[in-house]
Amino acid sequence: MHLTHMVWLAVALPVAGFLVNGALALWRPQAKTAVSVVGAGVLLAAFVVALGVFAGLSNDPSQAPVIVRLWSWLPVGRLKVDFAFQVDQLAAVMLLIVTGVSSLIHLFSIGYMREDPGYARYFSYLNLFVVFMLVLVLGSNFPVLFIGWEGVGLCSYLLIGFWFSDKVNADAGKKAFIMNRIGDFGFLVATFFIWRAFGNLDFAYVSEHAATTLAPGGAVVTAITLFLFLGCTGKSAQIPLYTWLPDAMAGPTPVSALIHAATMVTAGVYLVARTNVLFAMAPVSSAVVAGIGAVTALFAATIGLRQYDIKKVLAYSTVSQLGYMFLGAGTGAYASGIFHLATHAFFKALLFLGSGNVIHAMHQAYHATHSHEDAQDMRNMGGLRQYTPVTFWLMLIATLAIAGIPPFAGFFSKDEILAAAFARGADAPVYYVFYGMGVLAALLTAFYMARLMAMTFFGENRTGERERAHLHEAPWIMTGPLVVLGVLSVIGGAINLPPFIGGHAALEHWLEPVLEPGLRFSHLAMPTGSAEYVLVGAAVAIGVIGLWLGFRVTLGRSIPVARAAPPDRGFARVLSRKYYVDELYDALVVRPLVWLSRVVLWRGVDQRVVDGAAVNGAAVVSRLAGGGLRLLQTGQVGVYVVLFLVGAVWILRAVMR
Amino acid sequence: MPENTFLGPSLALSAILFSLGVAGVLLRRNAIVLFMCVELMLNAVNLAFIALAQFHGAGGQIMVLFVMTVAAAEAAVGLAIILAIFRHTQSVDLQNINLLRG
Amino acid sequence: MTSFLDSIGYGRWILHVLLLLPVVGVVPVLLGREAWAKWTALVVTLAEFVLSVGLWWSLIPGLGDMQLVTNAVWIREWGIAYRVGIDGISMVMVLLTTSLMPLSVLASWRYITSRERGFYALMLTLLTGLLGVFIALDMFLFYVFFEVMLIPMYFIIGVWGGTNRLYAAIKFFIYTMAGSLLMLVAIVALVWRVRAVTGQMSFSYSYLLEHASAAGAAAPWLFAAFALAFAIKVPIFPFHTWLPDAHVEAPTAGSVLLASVMLKIGTYGFLRFAVPFFPQVALSPAVSRLMVALAVIGIIYGALVALVQPDFKKLVAYSSVSHLGFVMLGIWGMTLQSVQGALMVMISHGFSTGALFLLIGMLYERRHTRLIADYGGLARVVPVFSLILTLVALSSIGLPGLNGFVGEFLVLLGSFAAYPWATGIATTGVIFAAAYLLWAIQRLIYNRLDDRENEHLRDLSFRELAVLVPLVVGIVWLGLYPRPVLTRMEPASRKFVEAVMPGSTPAATLGATAAIPGSGR
Repeated sequence: MHLTHMVWLAVALPVAGFLVNGALALWRPQAKTAVSVVGAGVLLAAFVVALGVFAGLSNDPSQAPVIVRLWSWLPVGRLKVDFAFQVDQLAAVMLLIVTGVSSLIHLFSIGYMREDPGYARYFSYLNLFVVFMLVLVLGSNFPVLFIGWEGVGLCSYLLIGFWFSDKVNADAGKKAFIMNRIGDFGFLVATFFIWRAFGNLDFAYVSEHAATTLAPGGAVVTAITLFLFLGCTGKSAQIPLYTWLPDAMAGPTPVSALIHAATMVTAGVYLVARTNVLFAMAPVSSAVVAGIGAVTALFAATIGLRQYDIKKVLAYSTVSQLGYMFLGAGTGAYASGIFHLATHAFFKALLFLGSGNVIHAMHQAYHATHSHEDAQDMRNMGGLRQYTPVTFWLMLIATLAIAGIPPFAGFFSKDEILAAAFARGADAPVYYVFYGMGVLAALLTAFYMARLMAMTFFGENRTGERERAHLHEAPWIMTGPLVVLGVLSVIGGAINLPPFIGGHAALEHWLEPVLEPGLRFSHLAMPTGSAEYVLVGAAVAIGVIGLWLGFRVTLGRSIPVARAAPPDRGFARVLSRKYYVDELYDALVVRPLVWLSRVVLWRGVDQRVVDGAAVNGAAVVSRLAGGGLRLLQTGQVGVYVVLFLVGAVWILRAVMR
Repeated sequence: MPENTFLGPSLALSAILFSLGVAGVLLRRNAIVLFMCVELMLNAVNLAFIALAQFHGAGGQIMVLFVMTVAAAEAAVGLAIILAIFRHTQSVDLQNINLLRG
Repeated sequence: MTSFLDSIGYGRWILHVLLLLPVVGVVPVLLGREAWAKWTALVVTLAEFVLSVGLWWSLIPGLGDMQLVTNAVWIREWGIAYRVGIDGISMVMVLLTTSLMPLSVLASWRYITSRERGFYALMLTLLTGLLGVFIALDMFLFYVFFEVMLIPMYFIIGVWGGTNRLYAAIKFFIYTMAGSLLMLVAIVALVWRVRAVTGQMSFSYSYLLEHASAAGAAAPWLFAAFALAFAIKVPIFPFHTWLPDAHVEAPTAGSVLLASVMLKIGTYGFLRFAVPFFPQVALSPAVSRLMVALAVIGIIYGALVALVQPDFKKLVAYSSVSHLGFVMLGIWGMTLQSVQGALMVMISHGFSTGALFLLIGMLYERRHTRLIADYGGLARVVPVFSLILTLVALSSIGLPGLNGFVGEFLVLLGSFAAYPWATGIATTGVIFAAAYLLWAIQRLIYNRLDDRENEHLRDLSFRELAVLVPLVVGIVWLGLYPRPVLTRMEPASRKFVEAVMPGSTPAATLGATAAIPGSGR
């Protein structure tokens, strides 16, 4: 099959899945087998197609992007926006990650959501999400990418609020959508700037003409990239728009794994890589990207230290790891950012799905005994490794990967990002600060992951006497996908093995055609020789120390169950309340805005000034004038006649004169 | 111009009749009488039209026919209204009829 | 299709038939039985729609001039004639009107239970008025239709409206009348001015357009009169307060037509009359800054006030103020993209806001309340309703892939070159739109189902689906494939832009603005 056909087929398959499952959700919600077959089947098929696309592209010696124009979407005068897909090396990698991880998570969901009454609805949303995610990574211009960009946000909204009867969940979905919209505002403004500067919105055109159209380091390119990055902070949960992601854990756990860890939230990193030439031309923006990334990595990691909800820990961990990716992208190591995106997709999806298994087991146990304890609180867990051994071993692999222990996948990608930041410090010393933050965040990452593992799987079991008997490992349909992800978390680093251990940076070379325009503007001299070994050694040491401290501190004291736990005090309280950022936003933005709208604008301007003073004021004036004049209207014919006569005489006089 | 046109006397008579009509409308309170005074005014105008028609062509005479038609129609409608009012209030005294007061 | 239309002489009679048919239809509605009134109205409006569809193919592609023009003397001495004709813009507006009319009639099927004959007769009269406004090419005729449209709506609100209907109806009437009378004065003044220069008295649109420069020093005043009339109709802040009252009180069909078609007459008036007649005034720095500022205020203000409305219908009404702000911004953006975008917003707003009013009307028929607080958790009870409501709300939010995005995006993209700051501020409207609609959606269909009265609501009936499905199809179609509509409107839009900004050749209009640094015009 030709490459162009495969490209649209990759998108058409989940579209079909969405339509079929959507129809089933409305009319045959009980046909769960059909839903499972269609829902997961289209994704597996799409993955096969994606493999074909990848193969086709690697066999193409020209390395030129393949553009598939489906139809003309927004043709207005010189503006020609086609609904078109672009397959290049970057898109192909994303295509593989998205369809691959999605397939695994769809399979996992078959087991996880089995009992849910909204089963068909769930799969239709999940299929729709994949559609938009593919449009996002395949779109050949800014508006088409934006369809995917907002579409994944929509699916995220629908899936976070999947159990919408609970106000908390619906609130979380709405919060995610609105915070994403703040980012989308940035994306739109960036698009307008690009249109004004280039008169074209195609990625290919922009990459090709950026160097001749824009002044490097100029105000325009800086504005474009900063606004684009605002979009990224929304979608990829960076400071200041990160607060929606922890709340998004209200959705089903596979959704957290797919959307809020592996795919959607990495869209911002993808966008930076996609527009790498613009970022490379704007050193100030790049520094902002790297800085925000580093600060977010550290900041979120500190919050992760003191969370008790297992998914909240992973959520802050995701925010933190996304910060790493932006640190890489902002440093100019776009390939490293994408590399970490890929490995993170493997081990973070594994962690979330593993936590899903844990929650599944906990939930089953509490359900069996009609208990209403919190199934996600780690203080109610402990010692689970004997009840869910497969999940334990797999999550241990993922923990080692995220902590940066060689030879697991996360080690290579995280190490590359830190090394790049360190290297960039040679021309811009501020990057040494970012590097330091990254190293510190790595220590904290290892610590909170060790804490998570220790509280969940080690020590005494705190679930409860009666409940303990009901703790079981999840069925094979749920552990199977985890095994695949576990293998990938171990060997995933192989896709981009660094030269110092005999690799030849395969991913970096593969992405070169896409990243080349950007690399021309910001070349990065990576450390070699002894400097490299020192950096690697330091990174490994940090990971080991973090893990050791985490286990030691957590297992060193007894943990009370959630119900009996005393409230946190001091700084621990600040951490567990997430630095009160949500409260701050509420007090500084949400409440003033609602107050302004309700009291000032609506009751004040609208009802008092415009309607009260102006409109009804005019009516009152008219009424008063009428009230005065009506005294003339006595109802007595005689009076009228006299007035008439007076008038007639007056007119006669005027005429006669 | 014909010698004996009676123009002066005719117009004088018209003016007197018109003034009588106006006075009646102003002073009387009985609707019927008032109504007759209006007719008187109309006929005063008619007389003036006829008298002047000698000098200004037939237009005046045609106008008189119009006025008479309108007056007839007006009389019919007006009397019907007065009748209806009388049935309602048992009186045609205009002092008591002030439904249109604002 | 074109050859078939030619063979029946479609272009020669269609506009007259469109104008006459509803008026003729009034007779059987009024004389027939009460129970037949809605059937007659449905047949007439459907026939009207089917007939109007041919317009889609009857315009010459690529031509921006008025077509299918008819010119019949009416009052010769004053230069008044029955002049009608359409271009791409009016054709699309006519189709919008004729397609929404049968849906409005269907939506009134159970909603209107008293004096049905009168109601449907007024609806048909309204149809003639609305169509006349879009196809009249004589200022006198335009004014007549402008008023013809006003009176049925007054009665529809005043007789079949809610509890506070008289206040709303009179407010609506006086507001609109005040504007339109000023416009009449301006029309007459313009005609006399032109006569003073050319020696010929004519109310012809094209003649006045050609000689509008004769207005001379009076041009700012005449523009102001036109602008005020249309600003009230749009409505532009601060002339908007009739709108929430009228919407809340009007029956569903009234709200739909008010929002979907009548508001567009205001923006259409700016595009067709106010700006082309007096381009120097309209594009002068002071006026354009004022209009852009009011447009942006409208966008943000409408959205913020919508945020805190307890009544869903009022929320949608204020959201209209916000959406129409985009249209005004697009018109004053004065690039082909922004003008085309403004037209797309007009169409999409017709679809999505019309659908929102229909949906809230359906809810009102079941529960007799429009307060958002009285609902919650409906998605469990009425899934199909909830699905459509969500989709329509998303289109109104401007989700790319649905219709609302196309227009907003083009408006903002096109206006950015000339007014970067104003456009930037206007773009924040997308955030607020998401906030007010998603919050409302959440309180309507999500959360816990805690009101027992909501537990047994019926989901949509077949008739209600028949009303909504065409709109949903339109929403998705316009979002994914707006090209046919865009290409049909483009010649007329191009003509508008070139006419008001002479010296801007097509290439300059579209391209060179991209190179101009955003200093404001």
